[in-house]
Amino acid sequence: MTRLLSLATALALAAPAAHAVEYGEFLADKSSLGFVSRQMGVPVEGRFRKFSASLSFDPARPAAASARFELDLASVDAGSRDANDEVVGKAWFNLKAFPGASFVSTAVKPLGGERYELAGKLTIKGKTQDIVAPMSFRQEAGNGVFDGAFTLKRLDFAVGDGVWSDVSTVANEVHIKFRIVAAPRK
Amino acid sequence: MPPLRYTSTAIALHWIMAFLLLGLFAVGTNMHDLPLSPWKLKVYSWHKWAGVTAFLLVLARLAWRIGHRPPPLPAAMPRWQQTAAHGLHHLLYLLMLAIPLSGWLMSSAKGFQTVWFGVLPLPDLLGKDEALGDMLKGVHMGLNGTLFLLVLAHIGAALKHHLIDKDDILARMLPFLAKQP
Repeated sequence: MTRLLSLATALALAAPAAHAVEYGEFLADKSSLGFVSRQMGVPVEGRFRKFSASLSFDPARPAAASARFELDLASVDAGSRDANDEVVGKAWFNLKAFPGASFVSTAVKPLGGERYELAGKLTIKGKTQDIVAPMSFRQEAGNGVFDGAFTLKRLDFAVGDGVWSDVSTVANEVHIKFRIVAAPRK
Repeated sequence: MPPLRYTSTAIALHWIMAFLLLGLFAVGTNMHDLPLSPWKLKVYSWHKWAGVTAFLLVLARLAWRIGHRPPPLPAAMPRWQQTAAHGLHHLLYLLMLAIPLSGWLMSSAKGFQTVWFGVLPLPDLLGKDEALGDMLKGVHMGLNGTLFLLVLAHIGAALKHHLIDKDDILARMLPFLAKQP
């Protein structure tokens, strides 16, 4: 009996290791995607309200991780009503032709501890660029939380071309901040 | 003998302010009709930078005025007119302080920090709040409308003193108008 009990205990303890937690259920309402643009030297915060992700991340095997984000550009809040009306237009996102943006990961590299480096291809307005974003991963209330940030150049994606390509007014650099929260896959 | 005219510093500050406020007012009343463009963003920034500058100049004027009393009003001036003149000057100073403050608060509430000359960020005293921003826009415009009317009264009174009363009120601020002894 004692032996059986200790066997059960051993099995119970071993279980998490045998079935490593894989985070794959994207939790949209806990995740966020924000950005900071600069207008005349003034940082202006914005965000996207609607985006989805399909991902798979096992902290024990980060190299096997993959992620894909789909972003509904119409859900943009660029910081003001004027900006929201403007940014959907042809010079910016050209929403009619390009309603969405996407990111597909190509590699996840562990940097030690909670730090990882996420590399992938970002496509906005039909233009694809390689990006690299440092991010952290930690477990919180049973979920996996990824926090990362990177800076892109909006003109690489022809976002804000024509008169807006004057980067002395609206800076070329846009700082992107993301928080992705995922539950373990059942 | 009390001084007959304002100090050169007070005169310089007065006229710099006069032209600065005229420019701020002209730009401010027209800029929201501009189509959204880099030009519009520039104009808004310039307006804010100039507004912060005007606020600092008013502080400088007040500091100068505390140390340098203005020349007395003509003794022949009726008492009610003297009271009205002092009251009007106080209101002008009050508005010159309140208007840039309301603009700064409006900018914060609308989610745009004011960064003086694109270099020096002013703290946001209010968080982003669209309804509050619209309300403060009304306050900013209302105060400006009031200042506009008071400035008209200020100019009208100065001209009345110069052209009708033929006293030296305007010449105290424009020394080249002073009658040669």
